[in-house]
Amino acid sequence: MSSASHTQSAVPPAAAESTPRASVMTRPGADAVKVKGWLRAHKWLLLRRLSQLGILTLFMLGPWFGLWIVKGNLSSSLTLGVLPLTDPYLLLQSVAAGQVPYKEALLGGGIVAAVYLLLGGRLFCSWVCPVNMVTDAAAWLRRRLGIKGGKVPSEYTRYWLLGFTVLASALTGSIAWEWVNPVSMLHRGLIFGFGLSWGIVLGVFLYDLLIASRGWCGHVCPVGAFYGVLNSAALIRVTADRRSRCDDCMDCFAVCPEPQVIRPALKAVAQDHPLILDKDCTSCGRCIDVCGKDVFRLTTRFDRSES
Amino acid sequence: MSTQNTRPAANSKSSQARRRFLKEMAGAAGGACMLALGVGLYGKEASARPAGAIRPPGALPEQDFLAACVRCGLCVRDCPFDTLRLSELGDNVATGTPFFEGRKVPCEMCDDIPCVKACPTGALDRELTDIGKARMGLAVLIDQETCLNFLGLRCDVCYRVCPVIDKAITLELVHNPRSDRHAMLLPTVHSEHCTGCGKCEHSCVLPEAAIKVLPHKLAQGKSAEHYRKGWVEREAAGGSLIGEQQQLPMRGLEDRKYGDTRVAPGYVPPSEAPVKPGGIDSGWKP
Repeated sequence: MSSASHTQSAVPPAAAESTPRASVMTRPGADAVKVKGWLRAHKWLLLRRLSQLGILTLFMLGPWFGLWIVKGNLSSSLTLGVLPLTDPYLLLQSVAAGQVPYKEALLGGGIVAAVYLLLGGRLFCSWVCPVNMVTDAAAWLRRRLGIKGGKVPSEYTRYWLLGFTVLASALTGSIAWEWVNPVSMLHRGLIFGFGLSWGIVLGVFLYDLLIASRGWCGHVCPVGAFYGVLNSAALIRVTADRRSRCDDCMDCFAVCPEPQVIRPALKAVAQDHPLILDKDCTSCGRCIDVCGKDVFRLTTRFDRSES
Repeated sequence: MSTQNTRPAANSKSSQARRRFLKEMAGAAGGACMLALGVGLYGKEASARPAGAIRPPGALPEQDFLAACVRCGLCVRDCPFDTLRLSELGDNVATGTPFFEGRKVPCEMCDDIPCVKACPTGALDRELTDIGKARMGLAVLIDQETCLNFLGLRCDVCYRVCPVIDKAITLELVHNPRSDRHAMLLPTVHSEHCTGCGKCEHSCVLPEAAIKVLPHKLAQGKSAEHYRKGWVEREAAGGSLIGEQQQLPMRGLEDRKYGDTRVAPGYVPPSEAPVKPGGIDSGWKP
C-alpha cells in the first residue's frame, strides 16, 4: 500500500481484488485515520451532522422549549416571523395540480431555489435532509456487514420519477409525491409526531441496506433529483486538485454516495481539470475525509487549479 | 484496411453502448412510471377522509385543498387552542394535512382567524375574514333516539354552548306525544348559520355524542336546480302564477277559512270518542 508504487497507475484496480483491499472497502478511511487522526478524518462528516442536527434543532426548539425561532417544517417554514421558506419542488407539484399559491409561498420557494441554485442544490441532500442520516447509516452498516448484491435501479430513475410525480400531480389534482415522501415524513414526524410514518423511513433504511446500495438518495428520490437539477451551476464544488498523489486505495469510491462523479475529475476521464462538476455530487466532503493523501478539497467551481 | 476493420467494430461497440443506454433508460422510465402511478392511485384512494375529521376554517374544497396544502403545519402552530393537528400516517386523513375532531377539541372560532393568516399557500383561503362565515362542517342531530331533549328532558347543552346560539341551533317547541301533556324542545340546526366549530358535539353529555359535525357532503342534500316552491314563488310574484285555485270545502271544517285546520276547544277526535253501545260489539262485560 505504499503510495509510490501506485502513484503512476492510470486506472484504479478492480475493487476487492485481494483481502487487504476487501477490508479497505468495509472500512474506508482507515488509512486517513492513521495519517490524519480520527478528528480530521471525520471533519466534514462531523460538520455535516452538526448542520443536519442543528437545522433540526432549530425546528425542535419551538415544540420542545417554546422557543419559536423557526415554525413549520422543511415543506414550508417561517423564521423569526419574517423569513418564509418553501420547498420549490412542492410548489411545482402544487402548480401542476392547478393551484396558484399565495405570494408568501412563492417568495419562500424563490428564496430557497435561488440559494440552492447559487451554492449547489444537492447541498440540501448532504447538509440539510434528515433522510441522509438514515441512508448514511444504512450504507455504513452495509459496508460493515459486507452485504453485497441486490438490485440497484438506474440512477436516472429519480429524474424520470421527478417528471412523473409532476405529471401525477397534474392528473390527480393533488401534490402527488407528498403521499409517500420519506423526506417530509421523517422531518414532519420528528416535529409534529410520526404515527406510522416511521415505517416508511424504516423501509428506506432497509431498502438501502438490503436491496440497493445507496439506492434511495442516489437512484430513486425525486426530491434529490429536483435539487440535482438546481445543482447544475453549483458554486461550491469538490476538486481533486492533488490527484497526482492518489494511490488508488479506492476509499473515496467506497464511501461516495454518488461514486460515478469522481472518476472524470480524479482520473481525467473526458475532462482535463480536476474539478468535480457532475450535478449528482452532493458536496458532502466524505471523499475529503477518507483520503489519506489529501487529494480532495472543497472549493468553488471557478477554481480549476491543480497542485 | 485498418479503417475497414475498425469501423464495424467501433459501430457495433457504440451500438452496443447505445442499446445498453436505451435499455437502462427504458428500465428507469418504466420503474419510475410504475412508482408514480402507484403513488397517484394510492393518493386517489387515500384522499377520502373520515367524517369526524374536520378541516380548519377557510379550507378550500377537499380536492383543491390537497393540491394547495404543503403540509407545513404553520396553521397548527398558530392555533392558540391546540385544536388543529397534522394527521399522521394511520389517522386516515391525507398524511401531514391539518384537521381537528370536534368531539376532542373543538374550534374556538377566533375573531382574527390566526390559522388562516398563517397559511402560506392559500389552502386556507384568506377571503374568509369573518369567522361566522366559516363552513368547516355542519352539525347534525344524528341520533334522535338517545338525545335527551328528544326524550322530553331539558338537557339543552348543545344549544347553550353554540357560539351562534339561537341562529345555528334553536330549540323548537313541539308536543310530546308520549306524555301527551308536556312539550319537547328539540335542538334544531340551521345550515345558514352553523360554522361547524364542533362545540355542540364536544359538549354533548352522552357517552357518544347524539349531535355530530359532518362534512357538508354527508350532512346535506341538494334540491334539483329546477325545483320551485309554490309558496315562495307566490310570495315573490305577489300572487299565484297559475291563477287562484279552486278551494274545495273540507268535511267538518266548512265554517273555517281555507287552510285553518286548528282544533277547536272541546273538539274530540273520532278515534278518542267514547264508544257507543250497539252494533256487533255491544260493549257488554260480565
